[in-house]
Amino acid sequence: MPKQIHLAAHFPGVNNTTVWSDPAAGSHIEFSSFVKLAQTAERAKFDFFFLAEGLRLREQGGQIYDLDVVGRPDTFTVLAALAAVTTHLGLAGTINSTFNEPYEVARQFASLDHLSGGRAAWNVVTSWDAFTGENFRRGGFLAESDRYSRATQFLATATELFDSWPAGAIVADRDSGRFLRDGDAGAFRHTDAHFDIGGRFNVPRSPQGRPVILQAGDSDAGREFAAATADAIFSRHGTLTEGRKFSADVKGRLARYGRRPEDLLVLPAATFVLGDTDADAAERAAEVRRQQVSGPTAIKLLEQLWNRDLSGYDPDGPLPEIDPDVSDAHIARGRASVRMHRDPIATAREWRERAEAGKLSIRELIIEVSGRQTFIGSAATVAARLDELVQNGAADGFILVPHVTPGGLDEFADTVVPLLQERGVFRTEYAGPTLRDHLGLAR
Amino acid sequence: MTKLHLAVALDGTGWHPASWREPDARPAELFTAGYWVDLVREAEAGTLDFVTVEDALGLQSDRPDGPDERTDHVRGRLDAVLIASRVAPATSHIGLVPTATVTHTEPFHIAKALATLDYVSQGRAGWRVQVSGRAHEAGHFGRRTLPVVVPGRIDEPATRAVVQELFEEAADYVEVVRRLWDSWEDDAEIRDAATGRFIDRDKLHYIDFDGKYFSVRGPSITPRPPQGQPLVTALAHAEIPYAFAARSADLTYVTPADADDARRIAGRVGTRHVFADLVVFLSDGAKDRLDTLDRAVYSSDAAIFSGTPAQLADLLIEWQAAGITGFRLRPGRLPADLRSITRELVPELRRRGAFREAYESPTLRGLLGLTRPANRYAVEARVA
Repeated sequence: MPKQIHLAAHFPGVNNTTVWSDPAAGSHIEFSSFVKLAQTAERAKFDFFFLAEGLRLREQGGQIYDLDVVGRPDTFTVLAALAAVTTHLGLAGTINSTFNEPYEVARQFASLDHLSGGRAAWNVVTSWDAFTGENFRRGGFLAESDRYSRATQFLATATELFDSWPAGAIVADRDSGRFLRDGDAGAFRHTDAHFDIGGRFNVPRSPQGRPVILQAGDSDAGREFAAATADAIFSRHGTLTEGRKFSADVKGRLARYGRRPEDLLVLPAATFVLGDTDADAAERAAEVRRQQVSGPTAIKLLEQLWNRDLSGYDPDGPLPEIDPDVSDAHIARGRASVRMHRDPIATAREWRERAEAGKLSIRELIIEVSGRQTFIGSAATVAARLDELVQNGAADGFILVPHVTPGGLDEFADTVVPLLQERGVFRTEYAGPTLRDHLGLAR
Repeated sequence: MTKLHLAVALDGTGWHPASWREPDARPAELFTAGYWVDLVREAEAGTLDFVTVEDALGLQSDRPDGPDERTDHVRGRLDAVLIASRVAPATSHIGLVPTATVTHTEPFHIAKALATLDYVSQGRAGWRVQVSGRAHEAGHFGRRTLPVVVPGRIDEPATRAVVQELFEEAADYVEVVRRLWDSWEDDAEIRDAATGRFIDRDKLHYIDFDGKYFSVRGPSITPRPPQGQPLVTALAHAEIPYAFAARSADLTYVTPADADDARRIAGRVGTRHVFADLVVFLSDGAKDRLDTLDRAVYSSDAAIFSGTPAQLADLLIEWQAAGITGFRLRPGRLPADLRSITRELVPELRRRGAFREAYESPTLRGLLGLTRPANRYAVEARVA
């Protein structure tokens, strides 16, 4: 039997990849948009719905960034409401381990798991930046080097809390008057470098025991954290070569934690553009990329590498002659991607050469370097490509990121999913009620 | 006559500790969504203003100084904000007022959670602000230690300083939450294709709160919710919390012993709405029967009413004349006393012209006759 593909739907986020100017684009904050995408994903038998998080509005050049979607709901609250309008779909939320406390987060996830009948998942992310910390009591208290140690201990502590109530702790026997089997349900004590807490956890064991754990870090520390603790890892590596390399790397780390390769699912984030034919799709994909990179956006993205105010430059003109500013203070704040430019001067040189060779303007260059969609083609082409990647060990499935809210998944659900089902690589019905059932994970 | 307002306080299987043993109680379903949806729909069928959902950052206990080892009472609960959110799409008019603790939590998180509850309920969100003076709850966070504070003695000198500080922090917290709700002007999202701008950033505001207990920069990550500011409510039994409620809340729950006491307290509380809390048993002998089962006489911070719905209607109208604008009824038993409220008390009050015949507003503020608050930052911008 061929390997089964896992699919998740990412609610479009606050990057320029989300085309809010599309005539079909709806609200990013009204609940109806979340309902629409979640119900489409459930109709298509997806494994789960996914929400990212950012705890400070992004800034660039000292001002709130205004070109992309701004504003989003609280993760837990919107997922709990989605549990009311779906029946099987997993509900995955990104929750930060730095600006939260384990007792509170554990009770929120355990509550979500109860209220959804076993469909909760937690994407554990770390941060340390003082910029985000300005919105919280403790401010920027954590050194970058400590963020994974806090995340590891945070998750370990939360897990102790999830496990502090055994299954069957509630007997609720009217006649004998016994509600709890034991008088110490929920007792816990945890002491380490980050947490010194003890007492009684107040949420009984949830249907899944604990939420499915997702992890998204790509650094060595992030991969190790995933290998030790996660049920699934997101990645940015959606091609055959890169995907296989990443997959082999993270799955190769599992043995030292006594885990098997199938215990950690690799789920790259993936974008897509469909068309009636491959040529039609390619044309649409190029148009989408032009929508994603307007002139003003091109300048802002260029500033993120140059680390300078480039507002005086014409997006339809040539790249700046000056070199990037490599000082520590960065023009863009609250954005993880700026750290991906490890050697800005070399990258700028490469971009200039590419622009000169192709006679590209700033905007055209940014469109080139900001990457093509992961899957472009007719439904048949995309279905075949997805299947190929999964069967060849590049991924266990994909987190699909539509570029239009909330209807951007409809076409995929209606055209690609049936082809995957015909190929026998994607479910036609949910096998069980919980997200762990969908993902084939042990409870 | 002026209509009175009615809310119901949901907690477990009801407020009597033996209520879970009632024949129609559903103790094994307490941790399922269906249980809460059914209760809130029942309350909505009675056109009640809102439900509150109790919560705490620790396990229920019969001791003031920490958890007990009892196995004969309901223990464990779900997060109240998430219960309210799960119930919201399954209801359409009733207000949803979860309890959320301010003492160990982040105002930034609570502000966006309640704003989101307001979005998913389309303007029906409220908040019962809970201050935790419980030492064992502090131990769950490990960030501060608190002395044991015995409820009912918070005005005594020994605990007064601690309590004063906890309520000062709570007032700062509510101020931060309200500023965060206002940190987006209502028309901040512009989607201006010509300039490529999704928002008008001049309509987003740093709140720059810098207080003794925390500082918060803002703006919120969540746009201003449908009601502008969800309804803020607080339970108060003594001078310090009265002062806190007057400063921070839109609605205060109080616990008078009788009509004279109600008059005295209503005169001291500064919010537009003053709701009296009452534990209610609306069936003959129900409380005595449960007391016997529990081998203890149930007592409460609020007055306990046992009697018929018509007698309760008399009492409510008498207290209303003393200055109480509404009532938060704590059903001794769920669902039994809730059903008596919606199916007997409500019709009785309607016959007397004292309660609404149907929902007259889609928002919680609207049901309570409160206007949508102006945005402080929008006002400042106009003045400047």
